[in-house]
Order: sequence, then structure tokens, then C-alpha cells
Amino acid sequence: MLIFYVLLAFVLIAALIAVETKDLLSSVICLGAAGFGGALMFLFLYAPDIAITQVVVEVLSLIILIRVTLSRDITTISGEREFFAVVVSVVLLASVFLAGTQIFTQFPEFGAPLFATASPETHASQYYVQNGLEQTGAANAVAAIILDYRGYDTLGEATVLFTSILGASVLLRKKARIGREDRP
Amino acid sequence: MKGMTLIVKNVTRWVKILIFLFGVYITFFGHLSPGGGFAGGVILACSYVLLTLAMGRSAADENLPRSLAARLDCVGALLFLATALAGLLYGAAGFFFNFLHQRFLADKDTAFRLVSAGIIPVCNIAIALKVGASLFLIFLALSAFVPGPGDEVEE
Repeated sequence: MLIFYVLLAFVLIAALIAVETKDLLSSVICLGAAGFGGALMFLFLYAPDIAITQVVVEVLSLIILIRVTLSRDITTISGEREFFAVVVSVVLLASVFLAGTQIFTQFPEFGAPLFATASPETHASQYYVQNGLEQTGAANAVAAIILDYRGYDTLGEATVLFTSILGASVLLRKKARIGREDRP
Repeated sequence: MKGMTLIVKNVTRWVKILIFLFGVYITFFGHLSPGGGFAGGVILACSYVLLTLAMGRSAADENLPRSLAARLDCVGALLFLATALAGLLYGAAGFFFNFLHQRFLADKDTAFRLVSAGIIPVCNIAIALKVGASLFLIFLALSAFVPGPGDEVEE
């Protein structure tokens, strides 16, 4: 239990430094540190699937961000924060936080997940654990859920990824940039 | 991008194969052990990112040209959708029906084998193709980042 508080403090400090520092490279590295802290927390929560995904995505995004940072001339963050934007963000975050605390009171106790205690008649999670291997043949229950029972969600995720990659490569392609620079 | 020093290039020549194999392993065993298509695809993309950074853009272009990566992206997405739609041919459950397992493998006791779980490994491979190709495309788009009109264009 203590390890989660230590990791949470680490992630919070890293996130605060990432937001507050003026140096762009330090900010990127602190973002990576926060991500790796999250990956360690997933690992200690016995969720290796998510931990592996988090680590590899964090590595790749860190490489891309550092590469982009190093290719820029200006590597410091300058400029004042707008007062109105800060107020709006704080109010929005506070309302989301208050709504979140209402939800947290209904969660099962930490370390006693729902799929270990709920009955299969009322909760689908226990049903997946009991019948997953027989119905899908997948030994990994996570794969059975995300690609068989909840395959529709994964298709939606894949569509979101496809659309975002399409938009990014259209906006960042060289032809578009050259065309923009040539324009008067 | 010209690539890095001779030491980095020599190390990369060996390590890239191991990273690629690890990505393939994570993808193919996604239904048996932790991992799956997304993580495997990101590791596959990482091997090509390493190749691009160490050897330069031209070496990466020989291995995986940009047009081929774009096509692999589309092939992955369409393979995933086709696997889902193929379930419609087998009646009742329809979309995303695990027909390979329910119709062909259910009575053969394939649990914990590599060939098991029906459409799940197929979907994993499709997602790995999609994620790997698209993240490599994003890396190419961002690593060719041009800071401004006056700066030299990297190539």
C-alpha cells in the first residue's frame, strides 16, 4: 500500500515540474517520468497488459518529443499565463474533482476488486472470468474481453487512431508546409 | 538526417532484429500472455524508429518506405474490420462473432496453445500492423519538422 503513495507522490511531483519548468527539454523528460511512474503503479496493481502498453508508448512518445524539442531553436517556454484561462481551468477542474469524489465513495474497497466478489448473475465481470476461456479459447482474459466480448469498443479505438493519424499526416506532410511558405 | 556514429550503427544492426522479433512475439502471444496487438505494434514501430535515428532516413526508406507504411496502416484497419464482418456470415451472434473458435476449435481442447482463441490472434496481428505503421508515419512526419522558413530543410 505504501508503494502506491510513494509512486503517486513521484508522479505528482514530476507532473508539477513538467508544468512549471521553463526549459522545454526538462518538461518533456518530467512528462516521461510521470508516465513511467504510472506504468510502475499498473505493474504493482497486477495489470501487466496495461503496464507493457504504457511503457512502450511512453518510450516512443519520449523519443518523438525529445527529437522534436532538439530540432527547435527556442527551447524555453516564455510568455505570461492569461488570468481568464487559469480561472476557467481551475473552476472546471474543481467541479470535475467534486463530481469525482462523489463517484469514489461508491467504489469497492481498494484491493478488493468487483470481479472477485460480485456474483455472475448481476455483474458481467465475473461472467467473463468464469466463461472466458471456454467461450473464446483465449488464456489471457484481458485479450478475451477487449477483442471478443468488447470487440466493438476496440474497433472504435482503432477508428479513432486511424482518423487521428490521417489528420496528423495530412497536416504535417511536407507538401502542405512548402505550399504554406510559398504563399504571400 | 544522416545518422549517428559507427558504434551506434553497428549496435543497431544487431539490436533492431531483436526488437522486431520481440514485437512479433508480443503480438502473436497476445492471447496467451500479457501484451497484445497495441503493445506489439508500438514495439515494431520502435525498431523502425531506432533504424531511422541511427542509420538515417535513406536506410529506413529502403526498409519501409513511407508509401508502404501508409498501405500497411490501411491493410491493418481493413483486416480488423473484415475479421469483424466475417462473423456476420455465421448467423446469430453476428458482428465480432468468434466464428473460428466456436465453429472450428471449440471441441479440440486448444487452450493455452498458440493456435487457439479463433479471431483474437488475427485481430491482434491486424492491430499490430495498424498501430506500428501509423506510429512510424507519425514519427516520420514529426522528425521532418521544419522550424521556420529561414532554416535548412532536413532530408
